[in-house]
Amino acid sequence: MLFGKLLHATVARARVVKVTVPELPEGYFYVDAKDVPGDNNVNIVLDDTPVFCRETVEYIGEPIAMLCGPEEKIVESLRDACLVEYEELEPVLDLRRATQSFFDYAYGHGDVEKAFAEADKIYDEEFETGYQEQAYLEPQGMMAQPESDGRMFVHGSTQCIFYIRNAVARVLGCGPEGVHIMQDVTGGAFGGKEAFPSILGSQVAVAAHKCGKPVRCVFDRREDMEYSSKRHPSLCRYRVAVKSGRITAMDIDVIFNAGAYSTLSAVVLQRGIIASPGIYQVPNLHIRGRAVKTNTTPSGAYRGFGAPQTFFAVEMMMDHIARDLGVDSLAFKEAHCSKQGDFTSTRGRYHDPVPIPAMIEELDKVCNYREKRKAYGLPQSGRFRRGIGMSLLFHGAGFTGSGERDIIKAVAKLRKYKDGTVEILAASGDIGQGVRTTFSKIVAHELNLPMDRIICNHPDTARVADSGPTVASRSIMVVGELLRRAAEKLRREWVDGEEQEVEEHYRHPDYLIPFDLSTVTGDAYPTYAWAVNAIEVEVDTLTGFIRVLGAYGSFDVGTPIDENIVIGQLEGGFLQGIGYSSMEKMDYDAKGRIRNHSFSDYLIPTAQDVPNLQCILHVEKFPYGPYGAKGAGELPLVGAPAAFLEAVEQAMGGKSLHHIPFTAEDVLSVIEKEGI
Amino acid sequence: MDAIQFVLNGRQVTYTGSAADRLLDVLREIFRCTSVKCGCKEGECGACSVLINHTLYNSCCVAMGAVEGADVVTLEGFRETERFAVLEKAFGSVSAVQCGFCTPGMLLAAEALLSKNPHPDEEKIREGFSGNLCRCTGYNAIVNAVKQAAEEGSGLW
Repeated sequence: MLFGKLLHATVARARVVKVTVPELPEGYFYVDAKDVPGDNNVNIVLDDTPVFCRETVEYIGEPIAMLCGPEEKIVESLRDACLVEYEELEPVLDLRRATQSFFDYAYGHGDVEKAFAEADKIYDEEFETGYQEQAYLEPQGMMAQPESDGRMFVHGSTQCIFYIRNAVARVLGCGPEGVHIMQDVTGGAFGGKEAFPSILGSQVAVAAHKCGKPVRCVFDRREDMEYSSKRHPSLCRYRVAVKSGRITAMDIDVIFNAGAYSTLSAVVLQRGIIASPGIYQVPNLHIRGRAVKTNTTPSGAYRGFGAPQTFFAVEMMMDHIARDLGVDSLAFKEAHCSKQGDFTSTRGRYHDPVPIPAMIEELDKVCNYREKRKAYGLPQSGRFRRGIGMSLLFHGAGFTGSGERDIIKAVAKLRKYKDGTVEILAASGDIGQGVRTTFSKIVAHELNLPMDRIICNHPDTARVADSGPTVASRSIMVVGELLRRAAEKLRREWVDGEEQEVEEHYRHPDYLIPFDLSTVTGDAYPTYAWAVNAIEVEVDTLTGFIRVLGAYGSFDVGTPIDENIVIGQLEGGFLQGIGYSSMEKMDYDAKGRIRNHSFSDYLIPTAQDVPNLQCILHVEKFPYGPYGAKGAGELPLVGAPAAFLEAVEQAMGGKSLHHIPFTAEDVLSVIEKEGI
Repeated sequence: MDAIQFVLNGRQVTYTGSAADRLLDVLREIFRCTSVKCGCKEGECGACSVLINHTLYNSCCVAMGAVEGADVVTLEGFRETERFAVLEKAFGSVSAVQCGFCTPGMLLAAEALLSKNPHPDEEKIREGFSGNLCRCTGYNAIVNAVKQAAEEGSGLW
């Protein structure tokens, strides 16, 4: 086995004039774009991400080559001895200065101009969010092994084996039968191992192809934090028209920093703009969304997938308008809240119940929100000030639009062996979210078998059906339902002592309004998971430190199949959201280099940061999910930023704040400028 | 140069490499103790936690020279104990494990905490785990598991 180490670009934008490679000892290799047997482009959504750089590098960290060899330290020193000559070009780092959009969508309805012309009041504000690093404890790592039958076997830490299969087959210039991909035990992902392993997997596959030996590349923490994909920084501008105390129009402009290549930005942006009017009824609406190119690390998938940025913006906007109108923020939001049967922002329908009003009441009982909100709204004095905020939100479960029907077309299989054990053959990978347990529970329940008769291994593309990627809060709702149906079929057809196989294909609910991406209209999601979050803080006006006194969430993810697992998803996701809001700050310097590349200067919450975190369930069953289950993975992260910042605003005497992460330094800077 | 001698999981062992090598690397690569995870290599995440003379250390920040004559315990050794059995049951029953990458370190942190304080309150548990990062759980389940283990394993620590 050889160790592979990437030679990363050290400038944000340049033409690569020449790479001088030191003399390589026997058994050591230098692998770059010239060694790619197929296409030097990684298949993601578009194919613009190179395996190894083309004639230019577009961000600090872009892989130029991989050095491979048997001794890790020697490989590292050879890599470090490579001399890259650059002809530097002017990079674009700031998303405000970007001139190129990878994707540019616009949609809306009604007569926005007329509504603004007739408005009593017009609000115009900007909201910004920063990077968020997935910070899974296990860094990225992939390994490729040439097999004796000529196939390339690629395995490692990943969420999406079939994505990697398509990417590697293209890069090696062989058909999908020429490769097979397996998920190893994977240590956390949160979206970070959705598309990135397709890139790293392609690189090790090319290296193994050239070296004729297995090649492994495991990132160290710094490499992972600087060069792997993270949440898109965003800038959202909201113009809102209000007449007689009600919102009559919104004109929303969403900009996401995609970084140097487009990777998953198209779909992240779609989810972001669809969420941008929140859960509210807006009679006249115009939304524009752009994912812009900058010379920074390509942004990618992270739990929430575009929605945390826009839900933050719209919830803050609602809060600011309410304050200006002198009405209670929650009452203002409730007055605009969508109901079952209403149109969605894309002129689809909320076909299922919208349980938000009941969830607000249930959460109020847990945290006494209304009473605290009133009490903290009175003038406060002294060093410590308190506040509480609340956010209302949904998360569309499954792929956006008709993606499940038209692109993914999920298939799942069950194989019964002669001894009566049943194996689950689906592509969903366990990344700590417990999908192996939950899948096994569904199949065991449906077949009335004990859990130990069910086998659910880490998936290998050579064995399992393509049930789609492990993303978009879809595994239980979509694949779990396929498995439930397959198990139901197997139960009917069961013959003792025989080997049997059953297969089920995805069926799109027939009542859905077809989604058209060119106009961004139709049902964007088959159903929605809902959440109400409240966060209570105490701000130290001397040090700026914001202590979270309590974080309370009510979540409707449909039927919880394994309640411990569901609560674990909710608590973990909620805490990630609080980290995103408060302490997880990542920025680049004037050259475009990510400065926060270790756990010493990119802080994630510890066991001591939010000791009082409570999640409760509200169950609205979804008839097309297994036993009524909907998606749970992403929802808990999405609402934290707005609840947190609303609380900080209240603690600081009703200031209007506009960005996250909002840190102690930000508190002090506001106090210094505006007083308290 | 003399070889470094230490006790690893109850067994006397010898390391003939450099005294400057990292304990983390040596445990994983030479002694195949792969429960010891590398999450950051700078003492921030706690995934490589081991017990050295009953005290919790990040093995990425320990040079081999420092373990001469010491008693080193990794999860491979700890899992043979009755205390582990109690912790394993508690972690399982409240789903305190998600991806599992931080879990070996968490279990040794639990052992270190309960050895010093067999009946910690919630604040002490959170303090005891503050050097071990978990990105999956939100920590509540881990805290509950330790509470449960302290109760069910009363007398073991």
